[in-house]
Amino acid sequence: MTKSWEEINARIASGEAVVMTAEEFAVLAAEDGVSAAARTVDVVTTGTFGPMCSSGVFLNFGHSDPPIKMASITLNDVPASGGLAAVDTYLGATEPSVTRGIEYGGAHVIEDLLRGRAVRLKATGPGTDCYPRTEIDTYVTLEDLNQAYLFNPRNCYQNYAVAVNSGDRALYTYLGTLLPRFANATYSSAGALSPLLNDPTYRAIGVGTRCFVAGAPGYVAWEGTQHNPNQERDENGVPVGPAGTLAFIADLKQASHEFFSAATFERYGVSAFVGIGIPIPVLDEDLAATLALTDADLSATVFDYGVQRRSRPALGRVTYAELRSGQIEIEGRPIPTGPISSLPVARRIAAELKRWITEHRFTLNPPLQPLPQPGSQGVKPLEIRSEEAI
Amino acid sequence: MARRRLDLTFPPRQATKAITYHLVRDFDLVPNILRAQIQPAQEGRMLLELTGSAEQFEAGVAFLRAEGIGVREAASDICLDDERCVVCGLCTAVCRPGALTLAEGTAELVFDKDKCVYCEACVVACPRRAVTLRF
Repeated sequence: MTKSWEEINARIASGEAVVMTAEEFAVLAAEDGVSAAARTVDVVTTGTFGPMCSSGVFLNFGHSDPPIKMASITLNDVPASGGLAAVDTYLGATEPSVTRGIEYGGAHVIEDLLRGRAVRLKATGPGTDCYPRTEIDTYVTLEDLNQAYLFNPRNCYQNYAVAVNSGDRALYTYLGTLLPRFANATYSSAGALSPLLNDPTYRAIGVGTRCFVAGAPGYVAWEGTQHNPNQERDENGVPVGPAGTLAFIADLKQASHEFFSAATFERYGVSAFVGIGIPIPVLDEDLAATLALTDADLSATVFDYGVQRRSRPALGRVTYAELRSGQIEIEGRPIPTGPISSLPVARRIAAELKRWITEHRFTLNPPLQPLPQPGSQGVKPLEIRSEEAI
Repeated sequence: MARRRLDLTFPPRQATKAITYHLVRDFDLVPNILRAQIQPAQEGRMLLELTGSAEQFEAGVAFLRAEGIGVREAASDICLDDERCVVCGLCTAVCRPGALTLAEGTAELVFDKDKCVYCEACVVACPRRAVTLRF
């Protein structure tokens, strides 16, 4: 059984496509078998809603009179890049406020814009013949901006680490507070609903894939930073640790604060919960087999964050079903678990994307260019060198 | 046996008296101080869990009131802001008594007030600042 992208899009356009979330598809495949499920279903939707630090927005403010070449820019006291053209900027989600620190950062500015709130823009410039103004202090709303688009260099990690702490003191990390002496374990993945865990070898997802980005229709722009297709994989070909990543682009004006939520991690910094949903066409039975995998079939590797080095010791592997049960067992000891990625919101995203496809006839794009495949590039470390050693 | 949680308000002049000692010795109550802010010459607050017979509990409360201490049942001290909460579940990872859990299946957040010891670990851990403690 094979289906082409054209056939599936024709069925979406005519309103005949059968669309299911990854969880619904797994139930059908368990009841009727993968082959029958693959014949019945045209598209499977996925969703994830976790902290994704590498996110941000490009903004264009328009020109004041007289105009200014903004060199030093803040939005609600959060610094934005002054390294682009006169009134263009990039605001990164993790940038902390100069006045409030990590309690309010770039992600909070973006959430405020999404909520329709006015944001205070302050900038200074050198003053040139074509841009004579040297200072500006005003308020902008999302509606006022010429362009506002999310460009997230790394979202949607294909699997992630499970974090524990063997040390004697609590650790404050991007995976939350890790209590000392293995008193808890945290993890961050939508598991069976996660986009890249459903397409482990990037057959359906590539550059140009149309998808759900923070509530807006958007695209996979490129491979994400630190994309690592060479991560160790299990018998189903699914990575067992952090592997592939994706970069996304989408119109902020069509996005929603329901699917982009600012976050502050205690003694770590600012981040943003970003909602991503990707539709996957059921092209053949091989793809259907990975779409049918459940939390019991997907594993993640447990790492000891008590060892504060680039390579942390791996302490074993657990399934997402075990993680979701609230307790795992590592080296014979029971450890309570807690997630950092929202399953209820991931489910809402997969359901919303399903509605886009069935009600709004949201069609699918085959990849314009494939992502780097297993066996190609990996992730390189940063070596610390002196000038003499170059 | 009854177990009740009380929110006590100490007037400034009372703040140094050994209240819990009297509750134990005179009323055979088992006190468990969940949270306290008591400083000399300032109004103090204490969240106190008392275990004992219903009769002794009433007598103990009457003693506290006679001492000029404000006594009320501890109400919803931990407040979850549903508007801000994104149900990530991170608070459940730091809740040692297991008062905050995710429901099996739906993964929605469940708060069992009886298990809460007001340690505030969730208040600090919540990345959305959706948990606050009213005290």
